[in-house]
Amino acid sequence: MGKIEHGSIAPLDTPFVMGGETFRSRLLVGTGKYRDFAQTRDAIEASGAQIVTVAIRRTNIGQDPGQPNLLDVLDPGRFTILPNTAGCYSAVEAVRTLRLARELLDGHDLVKLEVLGSKETLFPNMPETLKAAEVLVKDGFRVMVYCSDDPVQARMLEDIGCVAIMPLASLIGSGMGILNPWNLNIIINDARVPVIVDAGVGTASDAAIAMELGCDGVLMNTAIAAAGDPVRMAVAMRQGVEAGRNAFLAGRMPRRGYHADPSSPTAGLMS
Amino acid sequence: MSAVSGRTPASPGAATIRLNGASQRLPASGFLADLVEELGFAGKRIAVEVNGQIVPKSHYGQVRLAADDRVEVVVAVGGG
Repeated sequence: MGKIEHGSIAPLDTPFVMGGETFRSRLLVGTGKYRDFAQTRDAIEASGAQIVTVAIRRTNIGQDPGQPNLLDVLDPGRFTILPNTAGCYSAVEAVRTLRLARELLDGHDLVKLEVLGSKETLFPNMPETLKAAEVLVKDGFRVMVYCSDDPVQARMLEDIGCVAIMPLASLIGSGMGILNPWNLNIIINDARVPVIVDAGVGTASDAAIAMELGCDGVLMNTAIAAAGDPVRMAVAMRQGVEAGRNAFLAGRMPRRGYHADPSSPTAGLMS
Repeated sequence: MSAVSGRTPASPGAATIRLNGASQRLPASGFLADLVEELGFAGKRIAVEVNGQIVPKSHYGQVRLAADDRVEVVVAVGGG
């Protein structure tokens, strides 16, 4: 699978199956930090993403109720809306938030769990994350989980029944790229569920590197929303994810150190 | 909160509830559906919790609020 046949133009890929659903796009995007809903919509269209994260917050009482709602812009019939638990610092808060999200989205049960442990670094609180994952899986949620890049805890989350493991590549919103490809590699090689790099991607080459490692997908928000031209960066990210995926499927050449090997024939040189 | 058949709600009118952390006058009927209507959220994508318990959309018309009930109304907003 994944071999491009002679004469074919469209690159073939293995299907991206997660939580029993098949997705076409391996780029997952957030909806925060955009200038307005029009820019949000344009960037998401350009990204080609099918799975789009949202946060759950108190509504502003007293504001004009006729104002557009994010879900008017992102039709839940067209996109898979992935509610998150951003801003939750305990398992109890996270579970409460996702139960509200399920009610809000008419029973939709694919969710992004994140339980934070530090306001400065937004590093996950893994003991609380594990606790919340257990409750949510028992409650029938399909849980995609933001986690540290610790292979042992990633395995614990998988054993609990999470449908995707989403280790950070670097701090949320930092744009620092893939800081520990070695740990990600261990997690990818061990996992029997999709692994999605969540957080830290800064530019298209970071997305490509994540995919070249063999990740099943990449989730990002700030790298697109905070780019000089978010819509163009959304295109770049789509292409970066596709390029990285194809490079992974193709299998890179071995690294040869200082042993150069000419690309052109050494025979038939004119003397 | 109470179901229609449950206990009598506190006398409506003067009573207040806590709505998203702020004080709010209880609707005359006491029904959650009327509060949602008054706030302009009828038919909108919201989720409601009363005293820590989620109230499904289909139950708004059956839930009567009482004084000092804690009501949360949430929506989806941009986020990663």
